[in-house]
Amino acid sequence: MIFLDLFLGFLKVGCFAFGGAYGAIPLIRDVVMSYGWLSDEMLTYMIAVSESTPGPIMVNLATYIGNSQAGFLGAVIATLAVVLPSFLIILLVTALQKTALNNKYVQAVMRGLKPCIIGIVLATGIYMVLGSCFKTISSVRVNVQAVAITALLFALTLGYKRFAKKKLSPILLIVISAMTGIVIYAI
Amino acid sequence: MNILLDLFLTFAKIGFFSFGGGYAMLSMIENNCVERKRWITHDEMMNVTVIAESTPGPIAINCATFTGYKKAGFIGALAATLGIIVPSFAVIYLFSMFLNNFLELTIIANAFKGIKIAVGLLILDAAITMIKKMHKKKLSRTIMVCSCIVMFCINLFAWDFSSISLMLVASVVSLVSFVLNSAPNQKGGAKK
Repeated sequence: MIFLDLFLGFLKVGCFAFGGAYGAIPLIRDVVMSYGWLSDEMLTYMIAVSESTPGPIMVNLATYIGNSQAGFLGAVIATLAVVLPSFLIILLVTALQKTALNNKYVQAVMRGLKPCIIGIVLATGIYMVLGSCFKTISSVRVNVQAVAITALLFALTLGYKRFAKKKLSPILLIVISAMTGIVIYAI
Repeated sequence: MNILLDLFLTFAKIGFFSFGGGYAMLSMIENNCVERKRWITHDEMMNVTVIAESTPGPIAINCATFTGYKKAGFIGALAATLGIIVPSFAVIYLFSMFLNNFLELTIIANAFKGIKIAVGLLILDAAITMIKKMHKKKLSRTIMVCSCIVMFCINLFAWDFSSISLMLVASVVSLVSFVLNSAPNQKGGAKK
C-alpha cells in the first residue's frame, strides 16, 4: 500500500539522516530508487528546486515525492514521517537531560554509525560526479561536456574559497551550474 | 498573544524566509528565539546545536522541537515543529502543481545536466566537511573506507543491499569491538 510505503520509507530516512541535508540525500536517493518513485533525473531536479525554495531540504523532498505518488495525503504522510524521528528523539533527550546520548553503548553505536554514513555520502558524491562524466560507467564513453562542467565548477569552488575566504553558497553554485549547462550543451 | 500561536507563527516565519536549509536557518532561529523573544538562552541554543549534530533529522526541526518543549511542553513542541514545516510544505505543494512538463524543454534539461554535477559536488563537499570533523581512530577510518567502497559498488552494480543495512552492520561492528575491548579491564571502570 502506497501510504504505508511512503510512511516507512521516509521514517527510515528520518531515522538515519545525520550530517545535514546533503548528507541525507544519499539515503533519500536509496529509498526513492528502491521503491521506484522517481527517476535519477527527476530527483536531481527536485534537489535543485528544494535548495531554492524555503525550508529544510528533507521536508521539501518528502512533500514533493509524497504528492507525486499519492496526492495531498501522500505529501502529508511523507512529511510527517520524515520529521517524526527527530521530533521524538529531541523530546526524549530533553526530557531525560541527554543522559541517553551519553550512555557508553549508545556512544559505541554512534562511533560506528557516523563513519559509515560519511563513507556512504562520499561514495554517492563520487558516483554522481563520475556517473555524469562517463555516461554509464560500465561503457567507458567520456561525456566531454560533463567533464568540462565538472572541471569548471570544481575550479570555481576552490578559487572562490581561496579568494573570498568563504564557501560558495549552494544556491549560487546551482545557479552557475545551470547556466554553464545551458551554454556548454548548446555549443 | 497566546504562547502556542506565537511559537507557531514565529517558526512559520523562520521556515518561510530561510533558503538553503539547515545551517542557514540557525542564525534566524538565534535571532528570533534568543535575542528577540528570549525563549531560550544562547547557551541552550549551543547545546541544541551540539545535540542536533549527533541526532538524525533536519537541524531546524531539532531546534524548533526543543524551543517549543522548553516554553510550553509537548503541545508547544508540536506547535513549533508544525510551524517550521508548514511553509516549505505549502510552497513545494503549490510548486509541484504547476511544474510538471517543465523538464521537456531542451534548455531546462541542459540546465539540469549542469545542476546534477553541482549537486554531486555539494554532496562531496558535505562528505569532506564530515571527514574533517571525524574522530581519527583506526576503527572509524576502516569503517568509513569499507562503507565507501561497498556503497560505491551498490551504486555501480545495482547490488540489492540498502545503505540502511550497511549502517546497521557498521553499528554492530563498532558495538562488538567496544564490548570486546572493554571486557578484560572491566574492573577499573573501563573507558576506551
